[in-house]
Amino acid sequence: MLILECPCCGVMADETELAPGYEAHLKRFGPDSSDEEFEAYMFARKNPKGVHFERWRHAYGCGKWFLAARDTATLEVFGTYPAQVSEPPADIIAKIRAKRPDWKGFK
Amino acid sequence: MKRYSVFAIAREALRHHTGWERAWASPEPKPQYDVVIVGAGGHGLATAYYLGKNHGIRNVAIIEKGWLGGGNTGRNTTIIRSNYLQDPSAAIYDKALQLYETLSQDLNYNVMFSPRGLLMLAQTHHEVRGYLRTVHANGLQGVSTEWISPERVKELVPIINIDGPRYPVLGALYQPRGGTGRHDAVAWGYARACSAMGMDIIQKCEVKGVRSEGGVVTGVDTTKGFIGCRKLGMVVAGHSGQLAEMAGFRLPIEAVALQAMVSEPIKPCMDVVVMANTVHGYMSQSDKGEMVIGGGTDGFNNYTQRGSFHHIEETLRALVETFPMISRLKMLRQWGGIVDMTGDRSPLISKTPLGNCFINCGWGTGGFKSIPGSGWAMAELMAKGEPGPLAEAFNMWRFKEGRFIDESVAAGVAH
Repeated sequence: MLILECPCCGVMADETELAPGYEAHLKRFGPDSSDEEFEAYMFARKNPKGVHFERWRHAYGCGKWFLAARDTATLEVFGTYPAQVSEPPADIIAKIRAKRPDWKGFK
Repeated sequence: MKRYSVFAIAREALRHHTGWERAWASPEPKPQYDVVIVGAGGHGLATAYYLGKNHGIRNVAIIEKGWLGGGNTGRNTTIIRSNYLQDPSAAIYDKALQLYETLSQDLNYNVMFSPRGLLMLAQTHHEVRGYLRTVHANGLQGVSTEWISPERVKELVPIINIDGPRYPVLGALYQPRGGTGRHDAVAWGYARACSAMGMDIIQKCEVKGVRSEGGVVTGVDTTKGFIGCRKLGMVVAGHSGQLAEMAGFRLPIEAVALQAMVSEPIKPCMDVVVMANTVHGYMSQSDKGEMVIGGGTDGFNNYTQRGSFHHIEETLRALVETFPMISRLKMLRQWGGIVDMTGDRSPLISKTPLGNCFINCGWGTGGFKSIPGSGWAMAELMAKGEPGPLAEAFNMWRFKEGRFIDESVAAGVAH
């Protein structure tokens, strides 16, 4: 079972307390964007086997959204961080680099 | 290839079974093929088989990272049905069902197709309306399904509890032609037939990269070296995202784990397949007597082929309410498969941004039942370079154009 620390309320929450929200750091495109941009935002996904940044909501806790860095091939959690960022913070990147030297980085 | 028949059994019985030949060959890869198919699961092998049978393309290699039929083909609950709401889905799944009906004769391999009938229980009034709509849609599509009363459900499934406290059975969508098959035999049967046509099935050969020249695919780099091809078919289910990345495009797909389990074997007690979508569980009894149980998918990206424990609990808790007699059954085994879920829960059988590279994926939780139809449509697409009537609606550009084949709303559940 996955256990993630909610960065909003500090609780170590297990999976049954959380609602998954799939890929994080998607750039939102609205009505004036091109079809390609809108499709990429709505549907195209990285879906990596390995390091993945994703959204979670502490549904049965504080109710807030937060982000997590996790390995989809091993279920290892690298860390969680608040959702108000457009890319992963440096300390999370450093943690991932320490454990996954071949990781190609966030893009 | 020596044909299997009653005479073959008699002949081998007289000579101590020394004359059975290997079902398929395991050759080393040649440097160049007309068609390379990545993924020797049911869909990949069926694609190769119909390429040879329907289109006469036999210079084909099917390459596989693990062993054939070792992915989701070996990890499903073997349910076969075609009672879908949307026309393109009903067409391809019913094509698959029709092919399943004669597949054992066609392949000369017993795939143990058992059209024992399939029930989808309606346990809320919303579901009643939904399934009535599906019955009418199926009538227009030429797919025979019917709406049956709770009493008829009880007749068909004596072990069911139709007046459960939380979710009484209000009726069911019944497809008498639906049922189950032997999942491994489907892969093995196709593999044997492909090998007999001279196709190369290359196992333990992982694709490491896709090579292209001028926007057209030229081959794949594998752990057994470079294999050239004129056309490439990607049929790898859960790992489609990795392969697409090698080929330089992204898919509208997320890979998640879907779990299933079997109980200890018991005497025959249920001779139909029952799906209870409100409570999210489905159950049938295998020929060995095990109750085969499937549940829901996890909600997060996962490649580990094992799901979260609490899903097992949810599935069993729900099924115990509908089938009180299973409450003391022990579960023998549990497993997970990596399913490739698209936004509209319908598959992709499509050309790709890379020339002569085709993809068949996104079957999500409905892969096994569609194997023959999927292979048929994919073979037509690969042979002609353009989709036929079965595959046309399943192209990957439907997301950009907003033409979803929305089975996620239609089924609202694993299917």
